[in-house]
Amino acid sequence: MVQYSQVRFDASFGALSDATRRGVLEQLGRADASITALAERFHMTLTGMKKHVGVLEQAGLVSTEKVGRVRTCKLGLRGLEEEAAWIERYRQLWAARFDELDIVVEELKRKEKANGRKKRK
Amino acid sequence: MDVRRESEATPTKNRTGVERKSERELVVTRTVNAPARLVFEAWTKAELFRRWWVPKSYGLTLLSCEMDVRVGGQYRLVFRHEDSTMEFFGTYLEVTPHSRLVWTNEEGDNGKTVTTVTFDENAGKTLLVVHDRYPSKEALDSGSTGAMPEALDQLDELLASLGPSSITK
Repeated sequence: MVQYSQVRFDASFGALSDATRRGVLEQLGRADASITALAERFHMTLTGMKKHVGVLEQAGLVSTEKVGRVRTCKLGLRGLEEEAAWIERYRQLWAARFDELDIVVEELKRKEKANGRKKRK
Repeated sequence: MDVRRESEATPTKNRTGVERKSERELVVTRTVNAPARLVFEAWTKAELFRRWWVPKSYGLTLLSCEMDVRVGGQYRLVFRHEDSTMEFFGTYLEVTPHSRLVWTNEEGDNGKTVTTVTFDENAGKTLLVVHDRYPSKEALDSGSTGAMPEALDQLDELLASLGPSSITK
């Protein structure tokens, strides 16, 4: 995570210094939510929640989109990048595993051929 | 990674797909150029399984691998990574030769993950689908392959150690 610029880092730092904002991130990690729903969930005014979301948005941790009269919040691009990176690590593990499996299976195929398919039922 | 020359014999390397199906499910797919009976063998014989389950590039040593592949049978894998050892163990729930394997992963603290592997043979090739169902979203996110929100965790840790008062911006 070294690639994040210092500015971004400071913004994230500030954004995460508040328990409510950490709670909002956790909540959005489960599902997108409207500002109204978040305000209710954290027992605060709409204005108060808007401020918190604004701070998270500036830090790139949350993105919002207004559809009609509802502003929906979701985890920001950074969250998505991290999920993608995580999935990619997982995929690489399995790809490496399967590459080794291919070698084992190729060997079994060769053996089977050599044995004149004795194993076949 | 591609130091192995012999792998060039099969230039069409098959793709590995990963999809997060839901908050609790991960699905991995791959086609293997062999009939299902051989692929199944590689998944169910300990001496074969141990040769591929831990990729050589991951710096892990598999100290032991015991597999009693039958319904109700247990498996246990012990790894060494640097100075520590890790154990993975569980129970086979379903064993259907050449087509399906289901086992539990019981090493976690927050409930069992259930792994289902299906072997689907078509024209001499086998489509493998590895489906992991975690007990909770949290268990998946903090899975053995590394936690997803690790950057957030790191920031949280920093904050906890510094205290909010030390943030002067």
